[in-house]
Amino acid sequence: MKKKTIISLVLGVAALMLILTGCGNSGSKDSSAASKGNSSNETSGKVTAVGSTALQPLVEKAATNFQKKNSKINITVQGGGSGTGLSQVQDKSVEIGNSDIFAEEKQGIDSKKLTDHKVAVVGMAPVVNKDANVKNLTMDQVKKIFTGKITNWKEVGGKDEKITVVNRAKGSGTRATFEAAVLKGAEAVKSQEQDSNGTVQKIVESTPGAVSYLAFSYINDKIQAVSIDNVKPTDANVETNKWKIWSYEHMYTNGAAKGAIAKFINYMNSDDVQKSLVKDMGYISIHNMKVQKDSKGTVSSK
Amino acid sequence: MDKIQKKLQTKSKATFQDYFGKGICYLCIGLIILLVTCILYFIASKGLATFTKDKVNVFDFLTKTNWNPGALDNKGRPDIGALPMIVTSFSVTLLAALIATPFAIGVAIFMSEFSSKNGSKILQPVIELLVGIPSVVYGFIGLSVIVPFIRRIFGGTGFGIFSGTLVLFVMILPTITSLSVDSLKSVPMYYRQASLALGATRWQTIYKVVLRAAIPGLLTAIIFGIARAFGEALAVQMVIGNAALMPKNLISPASTLTSKLTTDIGNTVMGTLPNNALWSLALILLLMSLILNLIVKFIGKRGRF
Repeated sequence: MKKKTIISLVLGVAALMLILTGCGNSGSKDSSAASKGNSSNETSGKVTAVGSTALQPLVEKAATNFQKKNSKINITVQGGGSGTGLSQVQDKSVEIGNSDIFAEEKQGIDSKKLTDHKVAVVGMAPVVNKDANVKNLTMDQVKKIFTGKITNWKEVGGKDEKITVVNRAKGSGTRATFEAAVLKGAEAVKSQEQDSNGTVQKIVESTPGAVSYLAFSYINDKIQAVSIDNVKPTDANVETNKWKIWSYEHMYTNGAAKGAIAKFINYMNSDDVQKSLVKDMGYISIHNMKVQKDSKGTVSSK
Repeated sequence: MDKIQKKLQTKSKATFQDYFGKGICYLCIGLIILLVTCILYFIASKGLATFTKDKVNVFDFLTKTNWNPGALDNKGRPDIGALPMIVTSFSVTLLAALIATPFAIGVAIFMSEFSSKNGSKILQPVIELLVGIPSVVYGFIGLSVIVPFIRRIFGGTGFGIFSGTLVLFVMILPTITSLSVDSLKSVPMYYRQASLALGATRWQTIYKVVLRAAIPGLLTAIIFGIARAFGEALAVQMVIGNAALMPKNLISPASTLTSKLTTDIGNTVMGTLPNNALWSLALILLLMSLILNLIVKFIGKRGRF
């Protein structure tokens, strides 16, 4: 009796495994068909883009518009962070990995396997609580604030108030960009870490003496964006690299993009998206950039 | 003769139904066991990789205070000391349980000993409602109400262990309360009757008889509350400030095991040291819930009445 029940149990589990793996197989067949694709107008397939939360709203919006014209291509956009995006596209779990940083900058990613598609540029600026009464800082002062050498706003011409540094999570794309441009290898002071632009915005807005950094699209009139060396954080200054803190938004594919994936990435780079959507959502168009940056941070004119 | 023999020897429809029902039960149990083993194996293998593959000293991991898994220290070893997170997790949890317990037991005594049937009919759903509120809502309320409040009273940024404690206090209150009510109600009525017959007042009966008799149940309730507080991630993450620093006082930003996990996991790559280090934190959480479960089992075994 006992033997029989164990056998039935094993059989049941085995049957379930079969069903599950069966699903898995058919799923992977689908996606491989999608990645092969066909070059006719009737391209169809399923594309999943995962990664950077900074890029997510733009890709989501673009995907919706794209699918109106290409009803046979099904695009799913998910967040999860740049690290997730890069590692999942590397394992081929997803077709597109969104990232704020170059694959070369991320530990554990083999950048040679991945193809980079830059789709937009994001500028970032230091932001402070309005109470501190600071509007302009030198690059050196910003560096000293974030490394913990300046701890009171009066040292940089503001109010007599303690500085509260709010950082982004370690490994976040925004933080990596900011640290590469401002700290240049120095280690940031240990302080609060928040995992999203939205939370940082809320905290800086409500905490007297708080300082952090945000993507341009999150800066509003309740917080003070700081000019650095009298250069204002504007799109025009980013385009000429007068404003130094900016990064590309990347969409990585494993190998060269084909079929539906290529079609979607081409659409991201088309004027439809770059001329209107990108600007509307607070990003800077890749076509407007007058300079280019490589993965080591070296800037050269285009 | 043949007919009867055949009837007796073949299996009836009911027997097959019996097999079928049993089969389904065993299948479900098998699946759950499989799932639990998979989870245990997954977390353990990933969490132990920090020590086996990346050669981090377990002792360093548990006692050092510097958490910086992405960089190497001056001796070329990765810096992962989880002590600040462990200390913060424990202090937030224990403080929350310490504040919540008197309130919870007070409410439980009222509900089981004093209130009329209608009274507990209203109170019960109110308390159960507190369980159903999603933790992100608690966190948001904490961020918009408790954090500014603490900042105004005590100064600083308002983020820290104290804010985390207050949010968790509200979150574990219903858990402890409803389990305490159950344990107080399960004290046999004749205990109370005997005590009253001996001339004890109502308060004496509650204090000296009912509460004493219910102690194992009450302890279980508190430990379940602690387990919930220990594992809570989102609400705590929103109010604690997430700084991997040794907490100096109750109002300086700190980071619990869970808040570190939720903040950093999306930014690390599977299989690298920073990712493995986070899995080691998860392993600590898993071991803690295992220990808490064992304590509950232990209390339950000793305190049957």
